[in-house]
Amino acid sequence: MNLLQIHQRPGVYLVVAAVLLAIGVYGLIRRRTLIGMLIAGELIFSAASLNFMAVNRFFAPDPAVGQIVVLFIMGLAAAEVAIALSVIIAVYRNYRSIHSNDLSELKG
Amino acid sequence: MSTIPFQDAILVAIFALVVGVTIGGALIAALSTRIIRGVSGLMLCCMGLGGLYYFLNSPFLALMEILIYVGAVCVTIVFGVMLSEPDEPAHQETRRHTILWGGAALLVSLVILGGVAHLGLRGPWQEPAARVSDGSVQAIGLALLTTYSLPFELISIVLLVAILGALVIARSGRTKE
Repeated sequence: MNLLQIHQRPGVYLVVAAVLLAIGVYGLIRRRTLIGMLIAGELIFSAASLNFMAVNRFFAPDPAVGQIVVLFIMGLAAAEVAIALSVIIAVYRNYRSIHSNDLSELKG
Repeated sequence: MSTIPFQDAILVAIFALVVGVTIGGALIAALSTRIIRGVSGLMLCCMGLGGLYYFLNSPFLALMEILIYVGAVCVTIVFGVMLSEPDEPAHQETRRHTILWGGAALLVSLVILGGVAHLGLRGPWQEPAARVSDGSVQAIGLALLTTYSLPFELISIVLLVAILGALVIARSGRTKE
């Protein structure tokens, strides 16, 4: 394996995406505030996007398709962040806290 | 192109820097105690991802990654941090409980890392016989306006509904007082 050609090997990108996914899952389990869990979710989105881009660059017959899919993922992530932050602000206004341990009632 | 000395070594050094920034930013984002440092780590991670997209032959998506994630998503999360009080609480749970949950989370993420990396490295990937397009910005624009025009319009409707829904949800608590 030639070290000078490492940026043209698909395995490197796929492993980096797997590392991002693992870090995101770890953060999603360990974080105890809603915003921290949101950030970990963004890491998982990024891992999916990087995986799409790597497969698109090396193995897809039409390299435009993966880029369009990643653009759609970015748009959905932006919408998701807007909704999640408004929910977090509404929760904070009701409970004065966004720690996930304190949110134990459903009927507000 | 070949007039620059050591250009392969420089390219590999830049690639290593980009990968390091991506993974280091993700680690900061997931592990730091203060949430604002986590948001900064997410910004670093997205800058590194932009560099990786550049290495993957799509400078358009590299710019979009920095524009949307660093410019919009992270700034929105910073607004959320300013409007609430998101720092991790001091350790209320017992030490044994912390070790148990930390070990479980580490185990789950390591299993996911090993499984997905194994699939990525050992999978039966096949090189395509021929490329249909070159993946340039022109090809993306043509595909967006012809083949993928319906999802393109649907994304704009989703964004509109998300903005309206965010306004409605964030407003409803205010009138109750």
